[in-house]
Amino acid sequence: MDLIADHICHRFGTLDVLDKVSFTVASGEVVAIVGPSGCGKSTLLSILGGLLRPSEGRAELRGAPPADSLNPLTFVFQDFALLPWCTVEANVEFPLAHTALDAAARRAVVDDALRRTGLSDFRGAYPKQLSGGMRQRVGIARALAVRPAILLMDEPLSALDSQTRELLMEDFIGLLADGTMGAVYVTHNLEEAVRLADRIVVLSRRPGRVREIVEIPMTRAERGAIDARGKLLALQNDLWSLIREEAIDAEREVQHA
Amino acid sequence: MPSARFSMLERAPQDDRATEARPVAFRGAGFVPKAGRASGWIALALVIALWQLAGSAGWVNPLFLPAPSAIAVAIYKLAMSGALWQHVSASVVRIGSGWLLGTVAGVIIGFAIGLSTLARGVGITFISALFPIPKIALLPLLILWLGIGEEPKIATIALGVFFSTAISVYSGVDAVPRNLIRMAQSFNVPFHAIVRRVIWPGALPSILAGFRITASVALLLVVSAEMIGAQYGIGAFVLQAGNLMQTDQLLAGVVIMSLFGLAVGRLINMLEAKLLHWR
Repeated sequence: MDLIADHICHRFGTLDVLDKVSFTVASGEVVAIVGPSGCGKSTLLSILGGLLRPSEGRAELRGAPPADSLNPLTFVFQDFALLPWCTVEANVEFPLAHTALDAAARRAVVDDALRRTGLSDFRGAYPKQLSGGMRQRVGIARALAVRPAILLMDEPLSALDSQTRELLMEDFIGLLADGTMGAVYVTHNLEEAVRLADRIVVLSRRPGRVREIVEIPMTRAERGAIDARGKLLALQNDLWSLIREEAIDAEREVQHA
Repeated sequence: MPSARFSMLERAPQDDRATEARPVAFRGAGFVPKAGRASGWIALALVIALWQLAGSAGWVNPLFLPAPSAIAVAIYKLAMSGALWQHVSASVVRIGSGWLLGTVAGVIIGFAIGLSTLARGVGITFISALFPIPKIALLPLLILWLGIGEEPKIATIALGVFFSTAISVYSGVDAVPRNLIRMAQSFNVPFHAIVRRVIWPGALPSILAGFRITASVALLLVVSAEMIGAQYGIGAFVLQAGNLMQTDQLLAGVVIMSLFGLAVGRLINMLEAKLLHWR
């Protein structure tokens, strides 16, 4: 199943946020979206996931989702969005309660999602009892439970410390390794983008337009090798040079706002 | 004291203390009050003891301020005669019915205001206009509409409870983090399930805080309403005792009301501990 951004424009009142953004996320592909602060990355993701109606243009799906997918487009949120009154297990089960799965099937799905994210021993814990990294793991387990075709990740690591970010990045790479699940990964962290994405959509300063789409010329498995680090760093520098000037302007704009 | 030979930006020569190791002075004390239950009970016991002493020693006229022992005797006599239960049960029935009616209506309207643009537009206008009115002022009108009996008293309590409940409910709904609602929507969770599984538990802390307020409002209104037109009830009893200068009985009624308020507060504490254990 492909996800298509087709000439998406969006305005908040008189403020133009996105301007004719078009690209396609092919089945199993990971596309990162980067750009200066305030360029509309998260707004674009909300539109792609059907949580926000665009002012113009549209988000489209092409092809059938996997037969067992319960929610083809599934978000992983920056702030985790866990229900604080529910245990880890109940949070992961939350999206399944309104599906056709019976109780036994739901339990099996939850068990599998908790096992894949290393949360089996924490099923009875409440979110407030968990670290930021573990909370985000619950968010990922909840997303995996509905077997998405495409994960929509809105800066999923930005609220975490650098060590936890590294650990979760390894988890993401593992989860996306078999290519059955695609992702749109919004981030301001260029290192995360080059490590995870197959392609990187670079947006311009507000109103966000597609400035460039950069292909990463190696597989995710190859990127783990030591000799790939130089290439990745060069790519990261190239991306930074693309957005640096606009990032400075955007920062000044935010400060003056 | 620094010597005048050194300018302000120059460091004065080190004195003897600079060569000796000494502990860093602790500066972080205070500003973290702890709830000490024992101190509260001790203070209460001391006040009662002092009050008793003042009564027993004849420092105050018992007509103006009867001693705690006299109040205890009055409560005992009331209990033995059966009058206590008659008055308390009449008040409890009025409070219970009025509170329940007002709460059910307040929760329904509060949720409607929290969830619907139309209901918010209409509801907030009416609530803003009617909430400040002292509800006891409406009792004569309610007697006119509903007749002399239990109904106007219950309606007065229900009205008082309704507005506070509606406000606490829609404030609670507004306070539910929007990201949780968006999360539920992103999983295609149906509207009714979002209300039941996200908005209701998210608003519950505010709703229970509202219950605490409405319990006091109900107690206040039942006493006021009973003072205006009732034969039985704690309010009627206190008024009657006051008219007859039976201050021990009057204060017995006040103590019973205080105990009732404490019991309701305790009940709400238990409810919070059970329903909000996740906080």
